[in-house]
Amino acid sequence: MVTQTASKIIVKQLSIWFGKVQALKELSLQIHSSEILSVIGPANSGKTSFLRQLNRLNELEANFRVSGEVLLDGEDIQKLSPEILRKNVGMIFALPQVLPMSIYDNVSYGPRMHGIKNRGVLDGIVEESLEASFLWDEVKQRLKESATKLSGGQQQRLCISRTLALRPEVILFDEPCSGLDPVSTAKVEESMLKLKENYTIILVTNNTKQAARVGDRSAFFLMGELIEFDKTQKIFTAPADKRTEEYILGKFG
Amino acid sequence: MRTTTKQKIAFSVLFLSTLMVILPVVFVLGTIIKNGWQGISWEFLTSMPRDGMRQGGIYPAIVGTVYLVSLSIVFSLPIGVMAAIYLNEYARDNLLTRLIRLAIVNLAGVSSVVYGLFGLALFVTFMKFGVSILSGALTLAIMNLPVIITASRESLANVPYQFREVSLSLGLSRWQTIRHSVLPFAIPGILTGAILSLARAAGETAPILFTVAAFYLPKLPASIFDQAMALPYHLYIISTQIPNIAVKTRYATAMVLVGISFTMNIFAVIIRSRLRKKKKW
Amino acid sequence: MKLRLLKEFIIEKLIFLSGIASILFVILIFTFLLKEGISFFKEIGLKDFIGGKYWYPISEPERFGILPLILGSLLVTLGAIIIAVPLSIACAFYISEVVQGKAKDILKSGIEMLAAIPSVVLGFIGIVTLVPWMKKVLNLPTGLTALSGSIMLGLMAMPTIISISEDAINAVPKAYKEGALALGATRWQAMYRVVIYAALPGIIAASMLGIGRVIGETMAVMMLSGNAAVIPSTLLEPVRTLTATIAAEMGEAVHGGLHYYSLFAIGIILFVITFMINVIADIFLHRNKK
Repeated sequence: MVTQTASKIIVKQLSIWFGKVQALKELSLQIHSSEILSVIGPANSGKTSFLRQLNRLNELEANFRVSGEVLLDGEDIQKLSPEILRKNVGMIFALPQVLPMSIYDNVSYGPRMHGIKNRGVLDGIVEESLEASFLWDEVKQRLKESATKLSGGQQQRLCISRTLALRPEVILFDEPCSGLDPVSTAKVEESMLKLKENYTIILVTNNTKQAARVGDRSAFFLMGELIEFDKTQKIFTAPADKRTEEYILGKFG
Repeated sequence: MRTTTKQKIAFSVLFLSTLMVILPVVFVLGTIIKNGWQGISWEFLTSMPRDGMRQGGIYPAIVGTVYLVSLSIVFSLPIGVMAAIYLNEYARDNLLTRLIRLAIVNLAGVSSVVYGLFGLALFVTFMKFGVSILSGALTLAIMNLPVIITASRESLANVPYQFREVSLSLGLSRWQTIRHSVLPFAIPGILTGAILSLARAAGETAPILFTVAAFYLPKLPASIFDQAMALPYHLYIISTQIPNIAVKTRYATAMVLVGISFTMNIFAVIIRSRLRKKKKW
Repeated sequence: MKLRLLKEFIIEKLIFLSGIASILFVILIFTFLLKEGISFFKEIGLKDFIGGKYWYPISEPERFGILPLILGSLLVTLGAIIIAVPLSIACAFYISEVVQGKAKDILKSGIEMLAAIPSVVLGFIGIVTLVPWMKKVLNLPTGLTALSGSIMLGLMAMPTIISISEDAINAVPKAYKEGALALGATRWQAMYRVVIYAALPGIIAASMLGIGRVIGETMAVMMLSGNAAVIPSTLLEPVRTLTATIAAEMGEAVHGGLHYYSLFAIGIILFVITFMINVIADIFLHRNKK
């Protein structure tokens, strides 16, 4: 049993380049188990590059380079196979990207691909995962229907279920509500708050209010640098750095 | 002159030019159908030629062509699709990729009769397959490769990039991602390309001239190492080499050949339009 | 797990091999043409081959000069291009810029149908319709002439030229055209003052590929152009092309004889010509994309 304050992820001196452009500059921070860390900052602040480094999606880019370390439970993620890392560190993308197949098949996709074939086991995983994203009641009658017929908000929660079906330890949210209406956004936030009991969550968002609502701690990125990192309440009420205050007040971004 | 008048004249010229492209198509097809349909009968399609091809049917030529194109697709489809996967999913923008692209462009441009020479030198002579269905099918397969690669690649490129990201983020390996999250959604497009390439192969004459085609062989091939008659070559023979053949026999043969090619094209078009309707991403 | 990794390793190697297979095949084609053609060049020099005025491969003594064949190919190609290029470009503009809706779809499928007609069928139709008609109308000793070949080859080149030109026209940014229209230009003025320049590299590439197609075409040209291996002076005489020579004579050539090898030597020449045309066309196409 891990304690509340144990560091799930430790980032040391992380720098990222795409070609000649440095997206992240010697970033260091620690993320605790069972917390929601909100990452805020204007466009090109490096927040998405940071997030995509945690499950090594950055390395799909041809001209990507990295230095520094990311430790997951004390282990260097570069030494893990990307498949095992990504199974443990799930990701929700900005736009809900359901696959053109049934709701059931979407949620059971990961487990099936990782070798679970037993129908009963899969049924259980699907129900549990849909419950956890508060989607079960809405779709339990039509699991065989195409997932593309769901509304945007439902699709995004389906994506969350799909990630949960793999029982990850960490979930990365990349501006998960950018395309959603306020009601759908509230539902996604509700499920995030519920999920943090069992998962470590990192939320990259453009919406500072959202960061304030759900984040336990918040990090403010600017031009690839970590400007301020503290309890969310502190960041939003008494930021130490002037730039943080200006960003939160909406002076730029 | 007023600019709108000028435009009217210009558009009329464009229209007439288009007409001069389309009318010959109508003329060719009309002539073939008008003169060919009388010659087509069950007997014509299913019996052996007799009397130096002046009588009887074209059955062995049809069978030979079916054998040839079926065998050629067995070779070209797997290699073509895998090459497309390499180019679209694995290749980075480097010298090797540029060379591959250049090679494909050139394979597409090589003269069909040069393919015939190549097939003769490599498959018939060097590999000792002889003048046979196998040699002809291999020649046609290489000739068709560019069509299949190009169509498959386009089809793969149309699958949203996000499917790959989602799949990888679920911990699937690169190959699993391609196999389960990309390829299934590209299949209709790949199929369309494959059928179009088959249609083309069925009508090709020059590549099979020296590799497979038999002048007059009124029996069916027993194995892929046999020579065979083929429909396009048969049409060439009866329209240039053999005098005193009923005109309707020639037209009917042409009509069957065009019919096969068009049927496959229509198939491809149906698959393509159904794909467009079904597409939801 | 181990097994899966091994399987994926093998599959990915196969994919890589298929990826480079095209390069391999181009090399293979050239190598085997060379392998058979090289013994010919040992006997007869390149200069006598290309510059020789007489093609008498089976007379005594044999003469292997392909100048008449090269000129035959050039003449037929020139004729075909003069017919096909203007019509095809006009047609491409009509389809992509003027006509809309159902008529556009019908025209496009008509052109796809033209592309789907096998070359030997067009050759046959030419023999039964075009050739006698030419003979009668132009009062010629024979209708099997370079012009007959040019007309059919022009027709065959059209789908290639039209579809690639159309792509080039469609790739022109809408803003160019709208800018011209906003300044009060008519659609036609926008077309010939703006769009055609922006699409020019693509249209040139399309024409090059059309030329490549015509030079390499075999069956129709062999059936229609009369096959006389003499240096032509007008389009109304029978000519013989490089491709037709290979196709017509390979059947009779003795395997392993000089005549046999000479046909491979012609193949090498053809391969080199089409290779160069395609490379140049590709450069133009690439420029269009940027």
